[in-house]
Amino acid sequence: MKLEELRFGTELLKRGFASMQKGGVIMDVVNAEQAMIAEETGAVAVMALERVPADIRKAGGVARMADPEIVMSIIDAVSIPVMGKVRIGHFVEAQVLEYLGVDMIDESEVLTPADEQYHIDKTKFKVPFVCGARNLGEALRRINEGAAMIRTKGEAGTGNIVEAVRHMRAIMGEIRMLKGMDSQEQIDFARDIEAPAELVIECARMGRLPVVNFSAGGVATPSDAALMMQLGADGVFVGSGIFKSSNPKIMAKAIVEAVNNFNNPEKIAQASRGLGDAMPGLDIHTLPEDQVLQYRGR
Amino acid sequence: MGFRIGVLALQGAVSEHIDAFRLAFELMGSTGQSSVIPVRNADEIPDLDGLAIPGGESTTISRLIDKNRMRGPIEEFEGGIFATCAGMVLMATNVDDPRLTTLGLIDMNVMRNAFGRQKESFEADLKIRGFDSPYHAIFIRAPVATSCGTGTEELSRIEKGIVAVRKGKHYALAFHPELSVDTRLHVRFLEGLHE
Repeated sequence: MKLEELRFGTELLKRGFASMQKGGVIMDVVNAEQAMIAEETGAVAVMALERVPADIRKAGGVARMADPEIVMSIIDAVSIPVMGKVRIGHFVEAQVLEYLGVDMIDESEVLTPADEQYHIDKTKFKVPFVCGARNLGEALRRINEGAAMIRTKGEAGTGNIVEAVRHMRAIMGEIRMLKGMDSQEQIDFARDIEAPAELVIECARMGRLPVVNFSAGGVATPSDAALMMQLGADGVFVGSGIFKSSNPKIMAKAIVEAVNNFNNPEKIAQASRGLGDAMPGLDIHTLPEDQVLQYRGR
Repeated sequence: MGFRIGVLALQGAVSEHIDAFRLAFELMGSTGQSSVIPVRNADEIPDLDGLAIPGGESTTISRLIDKNRMRGPIEEFEGGIFATCAGMVLMATNVDDPRLTTLGLIDMNVMRNAFGRQKESFEADLKIRGFDSPYHAIFIRAPVATSCGTGTEELSRIEKGIVAVRKGKHYALAFHPELSVDTRLHVRFLEGLHE
């Protein structure tokens, strides 16, 4: 088998990578020590960051891609996949993370957007991308740009699940609506939600998004994680929820177990006992509009 | 003759294997007599003819096997095991990562992430012993076996090492047949179960 006969960076490899994450918990980490805790407690992957979203909120200013030194130290510390965040539209940050060997890139509203008109053309990369969405139209626009995985935006760094629930219900509800439509109505609906008709029709046929769909933005407890799974998520990102809790190791294990047994109240109850304090939460209605991260990108 | 197949549903590409087995049943004309179910509990394992261990993260799946008390039932399982990618890692007697406790059901040395990171993941046409045309294989952060012991049959090898191994009814594959449209390996595994 010669090197020139191999194909790299295909759509199938990108979506296949995302499929391998299903049923898993992807944890935000800011250093090698946290990454090793995540791996040990059963994370399927880690998201390498300079700050978790709760601290990005506190710090204010412009939030950018993490320092390559932090990313490299995390890559060296664990054997599970390492993901990294870039600003919406910042394709050079994405080129840098791809070069560093990050396994998946999150084009994320948690960082300050670099382009208010366009997202990254993700088809140009060998590495797969995950993008946030609040509804079906947004999810399908990202998939059309080459995203291999979708996650709800939720409202990152708040420890409040309400927005992730809203976004997951919107996506799943719109797909359920589609199934009852004939093909002309589906095309009309595609126009309404500003999504490509062929992707809308594919969703109707499959009864789900054509890529893996995770939940993110506000997961703070094992029950939050299981709630998102029961609403139809394929897996869960936990940002500040683990390392901003009073006992990260126990919280991490408990969330992994709750996702694994999301339909089993007895096991979720067991996993939830004696966890200590979850991260402090924020009421989203009290946030000034310019601090609501989910409005970034559309 | 029908088949009772389970797919270990702890983490990873579970639904893809279920779909692939359904397709294989159809090709073999045994849809009516056969079933494939996601396996979440240890007590479901002994009644099966075959068990698939899907791709996913081997560290995560290994932890969840213990947490759900499945290690004993899998090690004592009398049917065949169809293990892909992370599954291959778990089947080995030896892995290059000491933190991972494997099932040790196939005598082989396995190297995790043998090709590198996701950007080095690839698709390629493989020669597989017993097939008269190449098999289009999908390698995602894949392992390889660097050596196999007695009682094993090497089905495919590339420069890096062995990527398909059979031991009796068990198969260990470094790639993802559940992501291909080609179900020849699923069919071959099923045919071996009632031999």
